[in-house]
Amino acid sequence: MTEVFGIPTQALFGQLLIGLINGAFYAMLSLGLAVIFGLLNIINFTHGAQYMMGAFCAWFLLNKLGVGYWWSLAIAPVVVGATGILIERTMLSRLYKLDHLYGLLLTFGLALVIQGVFRNEFGSSGLPYRIPDELAGSYNLGFMFLPKYRGWVILASIVVCVATWYMIERTKLGAYLRAATENPVLVQSFGVNVPRMITLTYGFGVALAAFAGVMAAPIYQVSPLMGADLIIVVFAVVVIGGMGSILGSVITGFLLGVVEGLTKVFYPEASNTVIFVVMVIVLILRPAGLFGRER
Amino acid sequence: MAAPPGTVGKAPVAAPASTATRDGRRAIVAMAALFAIVPWVGLYPVFVMKALCFALFACAFNLLIGFGGLLSFGHAMFLGTAGYVCAHAAKEWGFPPELAILLGTAASALLGIVTGLIAIRRQGIYFAMITLAIAQMMFFFYLQTPFTHGEDGIQAVPRGRLFGFIDLSSPIAMYYTVLVIFLAGFLLIYRVIHSPFGQVLKAIRENEPRAISLGYDADRYKLLAFVLSATLSGLAGATKAIVFQLASLTDVHWTMSGEVVLMTLLGGMGTIFGPVVGAFVIISLENYLAPFGQWVTIVTGLIFVICVLAFRRGIVGEVAAWMERRRGS
Repeated sequence: MTEVFGIPTQALFGQLLIGLINGAFYAMLSLGLAVIFGLLNIINFTHGAQYMMGAFCAWFLLNKLGVGYWWSLAIAPVVVGATGILIERTMLSRLYKLDHLYGLLLTFGLALVIQGVFRNEFGSSGLPYRIPDELAGSYNLGFMFLPKYRGWVILASIVVCVATWYMIERTKLGAYLRAATENPVLVQSFGVNVPRMITLTYGFGVALAAFAGVMAAPIYQVSPLMGADLIIVVFAVVVIGGMGSILGSVITGFLLGVVEGLTKVFYPEASNTVIFVVMVIVLILRPAGLFGRER
Repeated sequence: MAAPPGTVGKAPVAAPASTATRDGRRAIVAMAALFAIVPWVGLYPVFVMKALCFALFACAFNLLIGFGGLLSFGHAMFLGTAGYVCAHAAKEWGFPPELAILLGTAASALLGIVTGLIAIRRQGIYFAMITLAIAQMMFFFYLQTPFTHGEDGIQAVPRGRLFGFIDLSSPIAMYYTVLVIFLAGFLLIYRVIHSPFGQVLKAIRENEPRAISLGYDADRYKLLAFVLSATLSGLAGATKAIVFQLASLTDVHWTMSGEVVLMTLLGGMGTIFGPVVGAFVIISLENYLAPFGQWVTIVTGLIFVICVLAFRRGIVGEVAAWMERRRGS
């Protein structure tokens, strides 16, 4: 068996793959957070709960209604995104004139409510979700086995991230969005319905979280607390990347997933904490984050 | 960079300074008297001791958010660190309780300096996320390191004899010890808020660039406030470890950080007595809801939502505003 730095290559590539998978979720979630933060100036603490709702939505569709994975991938983001729009219209929109910290507190409270309700309903143990038949099995790449589903997750998340980047940076709608981020009053005076744009942006960010949740369902177990701890790691990712750039948060997400995977190989005790350690180092060297601008 | 409008920390009471301080002192004496008679009116002392520890914790937290405008979402790490160090010192090293508490508090102060130096590099939402992330890092550290005994926690911590002659295993002695510690911490915070240091802190909260342009080193003030808050949170955590003879992962988990935010928010951010009221309400609520499983989380979350949407001044803030309106009309 071949070895690199005394580590069998099988183990190394295996952890690297897990790192990439985790990175894919970090990237999708921090992307959603960045999109929401850009326009609403709110850090969406409910993001983890909404990711969990996406996974539960898929589980519910499959086990209660017999709707498969592919349809779930489209339906869950719409359903959860709609609940997000409801939250924005009824609650968040009242807070825009206040200090941004209130948005954080409100979404934190909502996350507690949502997670509590799901735990009441489903307990805290995980529910399994079957991998769709088309993606079961694995490819033999010669140096390692790549489960088809994992390959799909990495591919799909890259596509989603790039599509979001394209929409925001290269289309007219995205140009409105970026303009409204800079100066909402001016954009509104040009006749763009900024409040509606804010609502839809929040819905879109939430839908991204739900999409990630559906993707995660077959890999991690579907459980009420699956997003609770994850969201804290994603916050650290966001601090490291800085929320100024869309592409930045995507790259940081994947990068940190890989760093975490490699840590599991070389120094497993630190694998839970390595992202936070990276955050501290980045804050000391570059307080604005890797891709951030000092504002 | 204009400060976003809002009521975070803005003191809702605008009474003239002299009457305010006189009223404040009277209220503190009344509060101390009220707590002093608690063991004699049939209230369960352990419950009140728990609430007092959390009240001190919330007051320390309030110093930071209410008067410094800094929202820390990782304050559990100070509560928990002091608890672990205090419990370990008392149990494994045989320290007397006063030294164990002091050591625990010192550990949190040290952690406060390190965390503060890192976290005050960013403001607002970032500050909250950074403190949360560092606290999570500490959580994993305590989960893995052997001296904390993981999920079991440090159990059967001896209460010992205070100064060698007060036996803390007696509930009355323990109660008054906790009360003295709470009042000392509370008075210190009261003193700090009304000191020139507290005034500068408020000035930085209202308009940091202006405070800097007036020659105040904003970062130093913020760091000092952070360390002070961490130290007093540590004092609360260490005392709690002695009272319950237990230091566990619950105290370092992020839900605890959320809880102290809630107590302060519900009681009234930036008010003197708000955190105390908030702590008592939340602890009673948890006691009452404990048999109903997840309902604690749901109700906690709902209170958050209601407070933020309709009740931002908190209980004490609303009462003060109501009295102000009555006085005015």
